Amino acid sequence: MNLSIRLTVNGEQHDIVLDDPRVTLLDLLRERLQLTGTKKGCDRGQCGACTILVDGKRINSCLALAVSHDGADILTIEGISEGDHLHPVQAAFITHDGFQCGFCTPGQIMSAIGLISENQAGSDPERIREGMSGNLCRCGAYAGITDAVLEA
Amino acid sequence: MNRFDYVRPASLAEAVAAAAAPGASYLAAGTNLLDLMKGGIVRPSRLVDVTRLPGLDRIEPLADGSLRIGAMVRNADLAHDAEFARAYPAIAEALLSGASAQLRNAATVGGNLLQRTRCAYFYDTASRCNKRAPGSGCDARGGDNRLQAILGWSEGCSATHPSDFCVPLAAFDAVVEIEGTNGRREIALDALHRLPGNTPEQDNALEPGELIVAVRLPASARAFAAHSRYFKVRERNSYAFAVVSAAAGLVIEDGTIRQARLALGGVAPKPWRAGAAETQLVGSAAGPGAFSRAAQVALADAKPSGDNAFKIELAQRLIVRALTSAAQGTPARIPALPASPFSSPAGALHV
Repeated sequence: MNLSIRLTVNGEQHDIVLDDPRVTLLDLLRERLQLTGTKKGCDRGQCGACTILVDGKRINSCLALAVSHDGADILTIEGISEGDHLHPVQAAFITHDGFQCGFCTPGQIMSAIGLISENQAGSDPERIREGMSGNLCRCGAYAGITDAVLEA
Repeated sequence: MNRFDYVRPASLAEAVAAAAAPGASYLAAGTNLLDLMKGGIVRPSRLVDVTRLPGLDRIEPLADGSLRIGAMVRNADLAHDAEFARAYPAIAEALLSGASAQLRNAATVGGNLLQRTRCAYFYDTASRCNKRAPGSGCDARGGDNRLQAILGWSEGCSATHPSDFCVPLAAFDAVVEIEGTNGRREIALDALHRLPGNTPEQDNALEPGELIVAVRLPASARAFAAHSRYFKVRERNSYAFAVVSAAAGLVIEDGTIRQARLALGGVAPKPWRAGAAETQLVGSAAGPGAFSRAAQVALADAKPSGDNAFKIELAQRLIVRALTSAAQGTPARIPALPASPFSSPAGALHV
Protein backbone atom coordinates (compact mmCIF):
# COMPACT_ATOMS: atom_id res chain seq x y z
CA MET A 1 0.00 0.00 0.00
CA ASN A 2 1.51 3.31 -1.05
CA LEU A 3 0.32 6.51 0.56
CA SER A 4 1.39 9.93 -0.65
CA ILE A 5 1.66 12.81 1.74
CA ARG A 6 2.92 16.37 1.54
CA LEU A 7 4.71 17.98 4.47
CA THR A 8 6.34 21.33 4.95
CA VAL A 9 9.40 20.78 7.10
CA ASN A 10 11.37 23.81 8.28
CA GLY A 11 9.88 25.81 5.43
CA GLU A 12 10.68 23.30 2.72
CA GLN A 13 7.97 21.31 1.00
CA HIS A 14 8.34 17.55 0.69
CA ASP A 15 6.20 15.15 -1.33
CA ILE A 16 6.68 11.77 0.26
CA VAL A 17 5.50 8.31 -0.71
CA LEU A 18 5.05 6.05 2.30
CA ASP A 19 5.26 2.35 1.64
CA ASP A 20 3.87 1.60 5.10
CA PRO A 21 1.32 3.53 7.20
CA ARG A 22 3.15 2.59 10.41
CA VAL A 23 5.80 5.29 9.93
CA THR A 24 5.70 7.90 12.67
CA LEU A 25 6.63 11.54 12.13
CA LEU A 26 9.72 10.86 14.24
CA ASP A 27 10.94 7.99 12.06
CA LEU A 28 10.08 9.92 8.90
CA LEU A 29 12.15 12.90 10.00
CA ARG A 30 15.11 10.80 11.08
CA GLU A 31 15.16 8.00 8.50
CA ARG A 32 13.68 9.59 5.39
CA LEU A 33 14.63 13.25 5.68
CA GLN A 34 17.89 12.69 7.61
CA LEU A 35 16.83 15.26 10.19
CA THR A 36 18.35 13.46 13.14
CA GLY A 37 18.23 16.41 15.53
CA THR A 38 14.86 15.17 16.75
CA LYS A 39 15.74 12.36 19.15
CA LYS A 40 14.16 8.98 19.76
CA GLY A 41 14.23 8.40 23.50
CA CYS A 42 11.46 6.16 24.79
CA ASP A 43 9.43 6.08 21.53
CA ARG A 44 6.32 5.82 23.72
CA GLY A 45 5.38 9.42 24.52
CA GLN A 46 6.93 9.49 27.97
CA CYS A 47 10.23 11.36 27.64
CA GLY A 48 9.64 14.29 25.27
CA ALA A 49 12.96 13.92 23.40
CA CYS A 50 11.03 13.75 20.10
CA THR A 51 9.12 17.02 20.63
CA ILE A 52 8.51 19.00 17.44
CA LEU A 53 6.08 21.73 16.45
CA VAL A 54 3.24 20.66 14.17
CA ASP A 55 1.20 23.57 12.86
CA GLY A 56 2.77 25.64 15.63
CA LYS A 57 1.98 23.28 18.47
CA ARG A 58 4.42 21.03 20.34
CA ILE A 59 3.65 17.33 20.19
CA ASN A 60 5.45 14.01 20.67
CA SER A 61 6.43 12.98 17.14
CA CYS A 62 6.85 9.34 18.23
CA LEU A 63 3.09 9.02 18.80
CA ALA A 64 2.03 10.69 15.55
CA LEU A 65 1.51 8.68 12.38
CA ALA A 66 3.01 10.56 9.43
CA VAL A 67 0.14 9.55 7.16
CA SER A 68 -2.35 11.19 9.50
CA HIS A 69 -0.47 14.50 9.27
CA ASP A 70 -0.67 14.98 5.50
CA GLY A 71 -0.39 18.71 4.79
CA ALA A 72 1.15 19.61 8.14
CA ASP A 73 3.66 22.40 8.70
CA ILE A 74 6.51 21.01 10.80
CA LEU A 75 9.27 22.79 12.66
CA THR A 76 12.22 20.84 14.07
CA ILE A 77 15.39 21.80 15.94
CA GLU A 78 17.18 22.10 12.57
CA GLY A 79 14.83 24.88 11.47
CA ILE A 80 14.93 27.37 14.31
CA SER A 81 18.26 29.18 13.94
CA GLU A 82 18.92 31.68 11.18
CA GLY A 83 22.24 30.52 9.79
CA ASP A 84 24.79 30.94 12.57
CA HIS A 85 22.42 33.15 14.54
CA LEU A 86 20.96 31.00 17.30
CA HIS A 87 17.32 31.08 18.24
CA PRO A 88 16.90 32.97 21.57
CA VAL A 89 15.93 29.73 23.34
CA GLN A 90 19.07 27.99 22.05
CA ALA A 91 21.21 30.90 23.24
CA ALA A 92 19.52 30.88 26.65
CA PHE A 93 20.18 27.15 27.08
CA ILE A 94 23.89 27.80 26.53
CA THR A 95 23.95 30.82 28.85
CA HIS A 96 22.22 28.91 31.67
CA ASP A 97 23.84 25.50 31.22
CA GLY A 98 20.48 23.97 30.40
CA PHE A 99 21.98 20.59 29.50
CA GLN A 100 24.77 18.16 30.24
CA CYS A 101 24.80 15.21 27.83
CA GLY A 102 22.51 17.02 25.39
CA PHE A 103 20.33 14.13 24.26
CA CYS A 104 17.08 15.62 25.55
CA THR A 105 18.04 19.16 24.53
CA PRO A 106 16.43 19.37 21.05
CA GLY A 107 13.17 18.22 22.60
CA GLN A 108 13.57 20.59 25.53
CA ILE A 109 14.20 23.53 23.19
CA MET A 110 11.28 22.72 20.90
CA SER A 111 9.06 22.25 23.95
CA ALA A 112 10.22 25.59 25.38
CA ILE A 113 9.46 27.35 22.09
CA GLY A 114 6.00 25.78 22.18
CA LEU A 115 5.50 26.76 25.82
CA ILE A 116 6.47 30.38 25.17
CA SER A 117 4.09 30.65 22.22
CA GLU A 118 1.26 29.17 24.31
CA ASN A 119 1.62 32.23 26.55
CA GLN A 120 0.40 30.49 29.71
CA ALA A 121 3.46 30.40 31.93
CA GLY A 122 4.69 34.00 31.88
CA SER A 123 7.65 34.50 34.25
CA ASP A 124 6.40 32.10 36.95
CA PRO A 125 9.05 29.38 37.47
CA GLU A 126 6.39 27.04 38.86
CA ARG A 127 4.28 27.36 35.71
CA ILE A 128 7.39 26.89 33.55
CA ARG A 129 8.36 23.71 35.40
CA GLU A 130 4.80 22.42 35.07
CA GLY A 131 4.72 23.38 31.38
CA MET A 132 8.02 21.58 30.75
CA SER A 133 7.13 18.42 32.71
CA GLY A 134 6.70 16.42 29.50
CA ASN A 135 10.45 16.65 28.86
CA LEU A 136 12.62 14.43 31.00
CA CYS A 137 16.32 15.15 31.55
CA ARG A 138 18.22 12.21 32.97
CA CYS A 139 21.23 14.42 33.72
CA GLY A 140 18.99 16.54 35.91
CA ALA A 141 19.66 19.90 34.30
CA TYR A 142 16.21 21.13 35.27
CA ALA A 143 17.40 24.17 37.21
CA GLY A 144 19.29 25.50 34.18
CA ILE A 145 16.44 24.62 31.85
CA THR A 146 13.96 26.59 33.96
CA ASP A 147 16.30 29.59 34.06
CA ALA A 148 16.84 29.38 30.30
CA VAL A 149 13.11 29.35 29.60
CA LEU A 150 12.60 32.23 32.04
CA GLU A 151 15.17 34.32 30.16
CA ALA A 152 14.01 33.39 26.69
CA MET B 1 3.55 -2.80 15.65
CA ASN B 2 1.32 -5.01 13.52
CA ARG B 3 0.54 -4.17 9.90
CA PHE B 4 -2.78 -2.45 9.26
CA ASP B 5 -4.78 -0.78 6.52
CA TYR B 6 -5.13 2.96 6.80
CA VAL B 7 -8.44 4.53 5.83
CA ARG B 8 -9.22 8.22 5.82
CA PRO B 9 -12.99 8.61 5.39
CA ALA B 10 -14.47 11.86 4.06
CA SER B 11 -17.72 11.69 5.99
CA LEU B 12 -19.19 10.34 9.21
CA ALA B 13 -21.19 7.77 7.24
CA GLU B 14 -18.04 6.54 5.49
CA ALA B 15 -16.20 6.37 8.80
CA VAL B 16 -18.85 4.30 10.52
CA ALA B 17 -19.09 1.95 7.55
CA ALA B 18 -15.29 1.52 7.42
CA ALA B 19 -15.05 0.85 11.15
CA ALA B 20 -17.81 -1.77 11.15
CA ALA B 21 -15.33 -4.31 9.74
CA PRO B 22 -13.97 -6.80 12.30
CA GLY B 23 -10.59 -5.74 13.70
CA ALA B 24 -11.05 -2.08 12.77
CA SER B 25 -10.27 0.72 15.18
CA TYR B 26 -10.73 4.47 15.03
CA LEU B 27 -7.59 6.62 15.05
CA ALA B 28 -7.71 10.12 16.51
CA ALA B 29 -4.43 11.58 17.79
CA GLY B 30 -3.19 8.09 18.60
CA THR B 31 -1.48 9.12 21.83
CA ASN B 32 -2.81 6.01 23.58
CA LEU B 33 -3.54 3.76 20.60
CA LEU B 34 -0.07 3.96 19.03
CA ASP B 35 1.52 3.30 22.41
CA LEU B 36 -0.67 0.20 22.79
CA MET B 37 0.11 -0.93 19.24
CA LYS B 38 3.86 -0.47 19.72
CA GLY B 39 3.62 -2.70 22.78
CA GLY B 40 1.61 -5.34 20.92
CA ILE B 41 -1.25 -4.92 23.40
CA VAL B 42 -3.78 -4.17 20.67
CA ARG B 43 -3.47 -5.20 17.04
CA PRO B 44 -6.08 -3.53 14.86
CA SER B 45 -6.16 -4.69 11.26
CA ARG B 46 -7.54 -1.37 10.04
CA LEU B 47 -7.22 2.20 11.33
CA VAL B 48 -10.01 4.60 10.42
CA ASP B 49 -8.58 8.11 10.76
CA VAL B 50 -11.30 10.43 12.09
CA THR B 51 -9.12 13.50 12.66
CA ARG B 52 -10.30 15.19 9.47
CA LEU B 53 -14.01 14.47 9.65
CA PRO B 54 -15.89 17.75 9.19
CA GLY B 55 -17.65 19.39 12.13
CA LEU B 56 -16.15 17.41 15.01
CA ASP B 57 -13.69 20.06 16.20
CA ARG B 58 -16.10 22.71 17.45
CA ILE B 59 -17.11 23.93 20.92
CA GLU B 60 -20.71 25.10 20.53
CA PRO B 61 -23.08 26.65 23.07
CA LEU B 62 -26.59 25.33 22.34
CA ALA B 63 -29.90 27.18 22.69
CA ASP B 64 -30.91 25.22 25.81
CA GLY B 65 -27.86 26.45 27.74
CA SER B 66 -25.88 23.25 27.26
CA LEU B 67 -22.44 23.09 25.67
CA ARG B 68 -21.52 20.69 22.90
CA ILE B 69 -17.85 19.72 22.59
CA GLY B 70 -16.86 17.98 19.38
CA ALA B 71 -14.99 14.70 19.80
CA MET B 72 -11.97 15.99 17.86
CA VAL B 73 -11.44 19.09 20.01
CA ARG B 74 -7.95 18.86 21.45
CA ASN B 75 -7.58 18.65 25.23
CA ALA B 76 -5.38 21.77 25.38
CA ASP B 77 -7.70 23.80 23.15
CA LEU B 78 -10.65 22.99 25.39
CA ALA B 79 -8.83 23.69 28.65
CA HIS B 80 -7.50 27.03 27.37
CA ASP B 81 -10.81 28.17 25.89
CA ALA B 82 -11.43 31.14 28.20
CA GLU B 83 -15.20 30.85 28.20
CA PHE B 84 -15.07 27.11 28.84
CA ALA B 85 -12.61 27.52 31.73
CA ARG B 86 -14.84 30.20 33.31
CA ALA B 87 -18.02 28.13 33.06
CA TYR B 88 -16.51 24.72 33.91
CA PRO B 89 -13.33 25.44 35.91
CA ALA B 90 -13.03 21.98 37.48
CA ILE B 91 -13.13 20.35 34.06
CA ALA B 92 -10.45 22.70 32.71
CA GLU B 93 -8.29 22.01 35.77
CA ALA B 94 -8.73 18.26 35.35
CA LEU B 95 -7.68 18.51 31.71
CA LEU B 96 -4.57 20.50 32.59
CA SER B 97 -3.62 18.05 35.34
CA GLY B 98 -3.45 15.19 32.86
CA ALA B 99 -0.48 14.01 30.80
CA SER B 100 2.01 16.59 29.45
CA ALA B 101 1.59 19.74 27.37
CA GLN B 102 2.69 17.82 24.24
CA LEU B 103 0.13 15.09 24.80
CA ARG B 104 -2.65 17.56 25.62
CA ASN B 105 -1.94 19.41 22.37
CA ALA B 106 -2.58 16.19 20.45
CA ALA B 107 -5.07 14.21 22.51
CA THR B 108 -8.75 14.56 21.69
CA VAL B 109 -11.92 14.70 23.76
CA GLY B 110 -13.28 11.51 22.22
CA GLY B 111 -9.99 9.69 22.57
CA ASN B 112 -9.71 10.66 26.22
CA LEU B 113 -13.03 8.97 26.95
CA LEU B 114 -11.84 5.77 25.27
CA GLN B 115 -8.31 5.54 26.63
CA ARG B 116 -7.43 2.16 28.07
CA THR B 117 -6.40 1.43 31.62
CA ARG B 118 -2.79 2.01 32.69
CA CYS B 119 -2.71 -1.20 34.76
CA ALA B 120 0.87 -2.47 34.41
CA TYR B 121 -0.30 -6.05 33.87
CA PHE B 122 -2.52 -4.96 30.98
CA TYR B 123 0.55 -3.36 29.38
CA ASP B 124 2.88 -6.28 30.01
CA THR B 125 2.11 -8.94 27.41
CA ALA B 126 4.08 -11.51 29.43
CA SER B 127 1.53 -11.19 32.27
CA ARG B 128 -1.88 -12.74 32.58
CA CYS B 129 -4.63 -10.17 32.06
CA ASN B 130 -8.34 -10.81 31.59
CA LYS B 131 -8.83 -7.44 29.94
CA ARG B 132 -6.14 -8.02 27.30
CA ALA B 133 -6.56 -11.78 26.94
CA PRO B 134 -10.01 -12.82 28.24
CA GLY B 135 -9.90 -15.86 30.51
CA SER B 136 -6.13 -15.81 30.99
CA GLY B 137 -6.30 -14.67 34.62
CA CYS B 138 -5.11 -11.58 36.47
CA ASP B 139 -1.55 -11.14 37.68
CA ALA B 140 -2.52 -8.04 39.65
CA ARG B 141 -4.08 -10.45 42.15
CA GLY B 142 -1.16 -11.24 44.41
CA GLY B 143 1.09 -8.94 42.37
CA ASP B 144 2.00 -5.29 42.70
CA ASN B 145 -1.51 -3.99 43.26
CA ARG B 146 -1.24 -0.87 45.38
CA LEU B 147 -2.66 1.29 42.58
CA GLN B 148 -5.57 -1.02 41.71
CA ALA B 149 -9.26 -0.30 42.27
CA ILE B 150 -11.06 -0.14 45.60
CA LEU B 151 -14.56 0.29 44.17
CA GLY B 152 -16.42 -1.55 41.42
CA TRP B 153 -13.70 -4.17 40.80
CA SER B 154 -14.27 -7.88 40.28
CA GLU B 155 -12.21 -10.98 40.97
CA GLY B 156 -11.27 -10.97 37.30
CA CYS B 157 -10.12 -7.35 37.02
CA SER B 158 -9.17 -4.52 39.36
CA ALA B 159 -7.75 -2.11 36.75
CA THR B 160 -8.68 1.55 37.15
CA HIS B 161 -9.89 4.03 34.56
CA PRO B 162 -7.07 6.53 34.03
CA SER B 163 -8.86 9.65 32.81
CA ASP B 164 -8.85 12.94 34.73
CA PHE B 165 -11.21 14.67 32.28
CA CYS B 166 -13.92 12.02 32.73
CA VAL B 167 -14.13 12.55 36.50
CA PRO B 168 -15.71 16.03 36.47
CA LEU B 169 -17.62 15.05 33.31
CA ALA B 170 -19.24 12.28 35.35
CA ALA B 171 -19.88 14.65 38.24
CA PHE B 172 -21.58 17.25 36.03
CA ASP B 173 -23.86 14.83 34.14
CA ALA B 174 -22.14 14.94 30.75
CA VAL B 175 -23.87 13.18 27.87
CA VAL B 176 -22.05 11.34 25.08
CA GLU B 177 -23.30 11.54 21.48
CA ILE B 178 -22.59 8.39 19.49
CA GLU B 179 -22.83 7.69 15.76
CA GLY B 180 -23.28 4.15 14.51
CA THR B 181 -24.50 2.28 11.48
CA ASN B 182 -28.03 2.67 12.86
CA GLY B 183 -27.72 6.42 13.29
CA ARG B 184 -27.25 8.67 16.29
CA ARG B 185 -27.85 7.82 19.93
CA GLU B 186 -26.79 9.34 23.21
CA ILE B 187 -26.02 8.00 26.67
CA ALA B 188 -24.94 9.49 29.97
CA LEU B 189 -21.16 9.52 30.37
CA ASP B 190 -21.75 7.58 33.58
CA ALA B 191 -23.22 4.78 31.45
CA LEU B 192 -20.40 4.80 28.87
CA HIS B 193 -17.81 3.00 30.96
CA ARG B 194 -18.59 -0.49 32.26
CA LEU B 195 -17.67 -2.30 35.42
CA PRO B 196 -15.58 -5.40 34.67
CA GLY B 197 -17.71 -8.19 36.18
CA ASN B 198 -16.90 -11.35 34.22
CA THR B 199 -16.18 -9.47 30.99
CA PRO B 200 -13.37 -7.01 31.75
CA GLU B 201 -12.36 -7.01 28.08
CA GLN B 202 -15.37 -4.77 27.41
CA ASP B 203 -14.36 -1.31 28.62
CA ASN B 204 -17.49 0.49 27.51
CA ALA B 205 -21.01 0.36 26.17
CA LEU B 206 -20.10 1.15 22.55
CA GLU B 207 -21.15 -1.35 19.90
CA PRO B 208 -18.56 -2.38 17.29
CA GLY B 209 -18.06 0.49 14.84
CA GLU B 210 -19.75 3.13 16.99
CA LEU B 211 -17.99 6.50 17.14
CA ILE B 212 -18.19 9.16 19.83
CA VAL B 213 -18.91 12.42 17.99
CA ALA B 214 -19.46 14.84 20.88
CA VAL B 215 -19.75 15.34 24.62
CA ARG B 216 -22.51 17.58 25.91
CA LEU B 217 -22.59 19.37 29.24
CA PRO B 218 -26.11 20.21 30.39
CA ALA B 219 -27.08 23.76 31.43
CA SER B 220 -27.24 22.56 35.04
CA ALA B 221 -23.44 22.11 35.08
CA ARG B 222 -22.94 25.89 34.93
CA ALA B 223 -24.45 26.39 38.39
CA PHE B 224 -21.27 25.14 40.04
CA ALA B 225 -18.77 27.50 38.39
CA ALA B 226 -18.19 29.57 41.54
CA HIS B 227 -17.58 26.54 43.77
CA SER B 228 -15.79 23.74 42.01
CA ARG B 229 -12.41 22.04 42.17
CA TYR B 230 -10.54 19.03 40.90
CA PHE B 231 -7.86 17.54 43.14
CA LYS B 232 -5.48 14.76 42.21
CA VAL B 233 -2.91 12.86 44.28
CA ARG B 234 -0.20 11.29 42.13
CA GLU B 235 3.24 9.84 42.73
CA ARG B 236 4.96 12.89 41.32
CA ASN B 237 3.53 16.37 41.12
CA SER B 238 3.12 16.54 37.36
CA TYR B 239 2.79 14.23 34.36
CA ALA B 240 1.47 11.23 36.28
CA PHE B 241 -1.80 9.35 36.47
CA ALA B 242 -3.98 9.75 39.53
CA VAL B 243 -3.56 7.50 42.53
CA VAL B 244 -6.81 9.09 43.68
CA SER B 245 -8.62 12.15 42.35
CA ALA B 246 -11.82 13.99 43.21
CA ALA B 247 -14.04 16.48 41.38
CA ALA B 248 -16.35 18.53 43.57
CA GLY B 249 -18.99 21.17 42.78
CA LEU B 250 -21.26 22.97 45.22
CA VAL B 251 -24.10 25.48 45.09
CA ILE B 252 -24.13 27.29 48.44
CA GLU B 253 -26.80 29.73 49.65
CA ASP B 254 -26.36 31.44 53.02
CA GLY B 255 -23.87 28.81 54.11
CA THR B 256 -26.16 25.89 53.23
CA ILE B 257 -25.40 23.44 50.43
CA ARG B 258 -28.25 23.50 47.92
CA GLN B 259 -26.69 21.28 45.25
CA ALA B 260 -23.63 19.03 45.27
CA ARG B 261 -21.66 17.08 42.69
CA LEU B 262 -18.90 14.63 43.54
CA ALA B 263 -16.97 12.06 41.51
CA LEU B 264 -13.73 10.15 42.04
CA GLY B 265 -10.93 9.05 39.73
CA GLY B 266 -8.23 6.42 40.14
CA VAL B 267 -10.36 4.30 42.47
CA ALA B 268 -12.53 2.26 40.12
CA PRO B 269 -12.73 0.74 36.64
CA LYS B 270 -14.79 3.78 35.62
CA PRO B 271 -15.11 7.43 36.65
CA TRP B 272 -16.92 7.00 39.98
CA ARG B 273 -19.90 9.21 40.67
CA ALA B 274 -20.56 9.46 44.40
CA GLY B 275 -24.31 10.02 44.23
CA ALA B 276 -25.14 9.01 47.81
CA ALA B 277 -22.55 11.45 49.12
CA GLU B 278 -24.10 14.23 47.02
CA THR B 279 -27.53 13.51 48.50
CA GLN B 280 -26.00 13.53 51.94
CA LEU B 281 -24.44 16.97 51.38
CA VAL B 282 -27.59 18.74 50.21
CA GLY B 283 -29.21 20.72 53.02
CA SER B 284 -26.13 20.60 55.26
CA ALA B 285 -24.05 23.54 56.36
CA ALA B 286 -20.98 23.84 54.11
CA GLY B 287 -18.28 22.83 56.57
CA PRO B 288 -15.96 20.12 57.86
CA GLY B 289 -18.68 18.02 59.49
CA ALA B 290 -20.73 17.64 56.33
CA PHE B 291 -17.63 17.10 54.21
CA SER B 292 -16.33 14.30 56.46
CA ARG B 293 -19.69 12.58 56.50
CA ALA B 294 -19.87 12.81 52.70
CA ALA B 295 -16.41 11.27 52.46
CA GLN B 296 -17.48 8.36 54.66
CA VAL B 297 -20.60 7.79 52.57
CA ALA B 298 -18.69 7.98 49.28
CA LEU B 299 -16.31 5.19 50.31
CA ALA B 300 -18.81 3.11 52.29
CA ASP B 301 -18.70 0.27 49.77
CA ALA B 302 -14.94 0.40 49.16
CA LYS B 303 -12.77 -2.61 49.79
CA PRO B 304 -9.12 -3.25 49.01
CA SER B 305 -8.26 -5.41 46.00
CA GLY B 306 -4.73 -5.97 47.31
CA ASP B 307 -2.20 -3.82 49.13
CA ASN B 308 -4.26 -0.73 48.53
CA ALA B 309 -6.40 -0.16 51.62
CA PHE B 310 -4.59 3.17 51.96
CA LYS B 311 -6.49 4.44 48.93
CA ILE B 312 -9.74 4.36 50.91
CA GLU B 313 -8.56 6.82 53.49
CA LEU B 314 -6.64 8.80 50.86
CA ALA B 315 -9.85 9.17 48.84
CA GLN B 316 -11.79 10.24 51.92
CA ARG B 317 -9.21 12.87 52.79
CA LEU B 318 -9.07 14.11 49.21
CA ILE B 319 -12.86 14.44 49.11
CA VAL B 320 -12.76 16.63 52.22
CA ARG B 321 -9.96 18.65 50.65
CA ALA B 322 -11.83 19.10 47.35
CA LEU B 323 -15.13 20.02 49.03
CA THR B 324 -13.37 22.44 51.39
CA SER B 325 -11.60 24.13 48.50
CA ALA B 326 -14.79 24.23 46.42
CA ALA B 327 -16.67 25.83 49.32
CA GLN B 328 -13.93 28.47 49.64
CA GLY B 329 -14.52 29.37 46.00
CA THR B 330 -13.05 28.50 42.63
CA PRO B 331 -9.59 30.09 42.25
CA ALA B 332 -9.55 33.08 39.92
CA ARG B 333 -6.88 31.36 37.86
CA ILE B 334 -6.05 27.69 37.59
CA PRO B 335 -3.12 27.12 39.97
CA ALA B 336 0.42 26.73 38.63
CA LEU B 337 0.27 23.02 39.44
CA PRO B 338 -3.25 22.11 38.34
CA ALA B 339 -5.18 19.89 40.76
CA SER B 340 -2.18 19.47 43.06
CA PRO B 341 -2.82 19.37 46.80
CA PHE B 342 0.88 20.10 47.20
CA SER B 343 1.09 23.46 45.44
CA SER B 344 3.96 25.35 46.94
CA PRO B 345 3.49 28.84 48.33
CA ALA B 346 4.46 31.72 46.04
CA GLY B 347 8.18 32.33 45.97
CA ALA B 348 9.16 28.89 47.31
CA LEU B 349 12.42 27.65 45.92
CA HIS B 350 12.71 24.14 44.60
CA VAL B 351 13.54 22.37 41.39
